[in-house]
Amino acid sequence: MREIKIYKFTGSFAENKDVARKIRVEIILPALDKKDKVILNFKDVESATQSFIHALISDIIHKKGAESLNNIYFRNCNEVIKKIIEIVTDYMQDSF
Amino acid sequence: MKIHLSNSIWIGNIDPFIRSFDTSNGKVLEITSHKKWISAHPVVLCMISALGLFMREHNFKISFEKMEATSKHYFYRMGLFDLLKIDSQMKKVIPHESAGRFIPIQQIRNSEDLGNFIKDMVPLLHLESEKTEPIKYIMSELIRNVLEHAIAPNGAIVCAQYYKKSNTIRIGVVDTGVGIKNTLQKYYHPKDDFEAIILALTPGVTGTTTKIGGVTEMNAGAGLFFIKSLAKTSRDFFMIYSGKAMYKLLKNPKNKQIKLMADPLKDHYSSGDKLPFWKGTVVAIDLCLNDNIDFKELLTAIKKVYGEGKKNLIKERYKKPRFI
Repeated sequence: MREIKIYKFTGSFAENKDVARKIRVEIILPALDKKDKVILNFKDVESATQSFIHALISDIIHKKGAESLNNIYFRNCNEVIKKIIEIVTDYMQDSF
Repeated sequence: MKIHLSNSIWIGNIDPFIRSFDTSNGKVLEITSHKKWISAHPVVLCMISALGLFMREHNFKISFEKMEATSKHYFYRMGLFDLLKIDSQMKKVIPHESAGRFIPIQQIRNSEDLGNFIKDMVPLLHLESEKTEPIKYIMSELIRNVLEHAIAPNGAIVCAQYYKKSNTIRIGVVDTGVGIKNTLQKYYHPKDDFEAIILALTPGVTGTTTKIGGVTEMNAGAGLFFIKSLAKTSRDFFMIYSGKAMYKLLKNPKNKQIKLMADPLKDHYSSGDKLPFWKGTVVAIDLCLNDNIDFKELLTAIKKVYGEGKKNLIKERYKKPRFI
């Protein structure tokens, strides 16, 4: 199980899409490729933009299918971040 | 080019100001102003700054008539003259402590500038953290749009003012890049600037993919829709002006229930499509920070409408088999 502390990369406001892409390409995807499960830990992240969450996970759902969500866990998300993650995962699955 | 700062320019009455913008003779920018009093939305300062920087970049002339209005110090304190390297012809003003009042004009050229700006901006406003949440959100999404799509050498020009009495923040984000129509041209072929703005406000439309429904690894075409929804929820104004067109979300009447719309033409709006040409994009928003914005509830509503809007968009673009 690979745990990624988002705060370490973004601080309390997760908005930088380049950072999101880096986390996805350099950490999440390689871990999933190795059949590892991934925990995205949002502890101390107060807010995130839809663009950030999109850049973080949409391409994984696009490339690996909705089943990839079985291998990604979202930990310590506040209500706003939960909602944004739900929006992104919903529209990504709608686009299949 | 000529631009005149009239007595009062807010989003609600910005139309005459835009219509009076004279775009003839692009090699000289003449700025004049009302002699007694000018009260202006931050977006106006952003527009003048962006035009001035554009002129500087091309070594064109800027003629800024000496301001006489009593409120001229506001423009000084917001950093207009410093940014454009123009002598304000005012006696040195001791700047007031800006905390809790305004975010002076800033030029943001890259992602690092944006990150620093957001960090620095929050303490300036001296607001509780839940109130700064939508402000950070708006700033980040609007400025990222400029950095990613506008191809604007001068980046995004931004400023904001907080009005304590109405508990409202007014924000302007302006660029002199390629404009919305050019950004969407490759895949959506809008026939004019107004159609381009409407597409940009529609959930699921982005200038970065041919895919109907508009999702790439970095873009979902949701940013402007989110921001328009925020303005609508707070019953405030939101405006986009690009090329020759403008779309203005009008205030939602207090007695009317708020319903988010995926189609911006179904909102309560005003528009113009034969305006003086703005090379780039101008975005302005007012946001009342009263407790009526529950970000979580708003996101729930957005989730529903975004999904429906995208489905409609995909449906509209379905091709039918032609039986002959």
